[in-house]
Amino acid sequence: MIMSLKMALRSIGSNKLRAVLTMLGIIIGVMALVVLVSIVNGATRTVTDQMASLGNNYVQAYVWGYGKKVVTMSDLNEWVESEPLIEAVAPDAQSDSMAKYGSKSQRMTIRGTTPAYYDINGLQLAAGRFIKNSDIQNGSRVCILGPSAVDALVGYTDCVGDELSLDGLRYTIVGVLGKSESLMYSGYGENVVYIPYTAMIRQFPNVAEGITSFYATAPEGTAMAEAEAAVRSFLAEKVGQDDWGNDNYYVYSMDVMENAMGNVTNVLAILLGGIASISLIVGGIGIMNIMLVTVTERTREIGIRKAIGANRGTILRQFLLEAVVLCMMGCAIGIFLSWCILRLASVVVAEMSMSFTLSGTVVLLSVIFCFVIGVVFGLYPANKAAKMKPIDALHYGG
Amino acid sequence: MIDLNDVSKVYQIGTEKVRALDHATMHIYPREFVSIIGPSGSGKSTLMNIIGCLDTADAGVYKLDGIPIEDYSERQLAKIRNEKIGFIFQNFNLIPKLSAWENVELPLIYRGVRAAERSERVRSALERVGLLNRARHLPTELSGGQQQRVAIARALVTRPSLILADEPTGNLDSRTSREIIDILHELHEQGNTVVLITHDNDIARQAKRSVHILDGRLSEVQL
Repeated sequence: MIMSLKMALRSIGSNKLRAVLTMLGIIIGVMALVVLVSIVNGATRTVTDQMASLGNNYVQAYVWGYGKKVVTMSDLNEWVESEPLIEAVAPDAQSDSMAKYGSKSQRMTIRGTTPAYYDINGLQLAAGRFIKNSDIQNGSRVCILGPSAVDALVGYTDCVGDELSLDGLRYTIVGVLGKSESLMYSGYGENVVYIPYTAMIRQFPNVAEGITSFYATAPEGTAMAEAEAAVRSFLAEKVGQDDWGNDNYYVYSMDVMENAMGNVTNVLAILLGGIASISLIVGGIGIMNIMLVTVTERTREIGIRKAIGANRGTILRQFLLEAVVLCMMGCAIGIFLSWCILRLASVVVAEMSMSFTLSGTVVLLSVIFCFVIGVVFGLYPANKAAKMKPIDALHYGG
Repeated sequence: MIDLNDVSKVYQIGTEKVRALDHATMHIYPREFVSIIGPSGSGKSTLMNIIGCLDTADAGVYKLDGIPIEDYSERQLAKIRNEKIGFIFQNFNLIPKLSAWENVELPLIYRGVRAAERSERVRSALERVGLLNRARHLPTELSGGQQQRVAIARALVTRPSLILADEPTGNLDSRTSREIIDILHELHEQGNTVVLITHDNDIARQAKRSVHILDGRLSEVQL
């Protein structure tokens, strides 16, 4: 085997220019495959990283207990303490209220929540502060205005410290939100006023019955699916099902979005990979072509080898090995050049915080693919060589 | 050893059928030195191909060591060529990309001889033909006589029972021809069966026995 490998290498080495030209097809094919798929992977990773960094890796739950079974704030707090898969929760109680600032009145969506809400939803403050823990403990009547609420009610951002009234009760404005970068947060279209959850319970009796919606986040490195499962089992225990066997809750996670995104990029990678594979196959045909020429050129050699005792299998193996070695050499060069290109590309797009690395899967895939191409396209010429009759081969060309 | 019985071989050249071997019958015994003599086109190359298991007859029976050749598979024939027959060709038929050493080594590789023994046998074969000092040279770097001696080394490295030489001196001058013939004589004396095919009466006379071939017909001749 080692002998045959040496023979194949020598035979390839004896005509270097031709070998390189033949390999070129494979080299370009491998480069196309590896570079394209790696770039798609790199771009996908960048986008998903950005999505994650925006703080949108949350699980959202809706609960409807109809007054019989409820989830309270203290239930949530206890659960967060004991559940390792959940890092933070924030209730999201909603109500409707008439807000009055100076002489202006406007209907507003009131959201009662806790400090954790800010990070979970990736909000951005334009001025002031968000809800604090002390606000929750005291049920302080403070509020934070969303960007549209500021536009609609106040008209300028510099209103921290002013007072407004919600259904007649006075609240101090402690903060104003700016436009967030969050892609997923939906609250901006509405006129939203955030107040501490405890203040909400005091003023709006319908909220006191229980939490109807909350957000939960998982510690870094936890799969969203696991966090989602933890939320589900918590709610199954707390509120369970109604009399007709339907769940009393609904859980929704960003995982769904990520999966959808993943599907799109997978399709893209497969599509591009497929196109690149075609060029690999073309390269394989080039190998077959040259191998056929080689077999014809070496007819006499085949005859000599057969006369001194090579059988069909020996000759077949020799030429097949030569084709496979040619393919694998092309593959190795192609992978190396791809690595160079990706390094170069990474430097060029470094400002866009993108990076491209050689994906192990793609490398493995292209190695296997090249091997298969070598075998498939080497088989016909090798078989042609093996089938030659020793006498015809010996007398070929004189 | 070699037992040809009523062997015929017909070639189709264009529309004409050429009877290269016409009911040839011949026996060669172990340890004989036989020359087969005939002008070009007489069918002696065909005879050599059949004796050397490179080609099969159209009709008749060829037995090598008592076993009919037709019964063998392609794989078995390759094994017979490797183990029993050592070929020496007019145009040497060395593989140009391989050095003298590697050319001699090749049949042993095909036979599956281990590296240590291989190297030992190649060394002694090259020593025998006096070319050990040129072992690393490519065939193109050697003279005709040297190339033929490499070919002889390749033929005898497998220790075949039959050495088949097809016009071994055809491309050589008379001095180197004599060297080659001397080597063949030595091989014969050491117990090999040697079949020498030639068109040259002087060369043929070297053998103990001569068979004449003309138009595919064989006849014993006394020299």
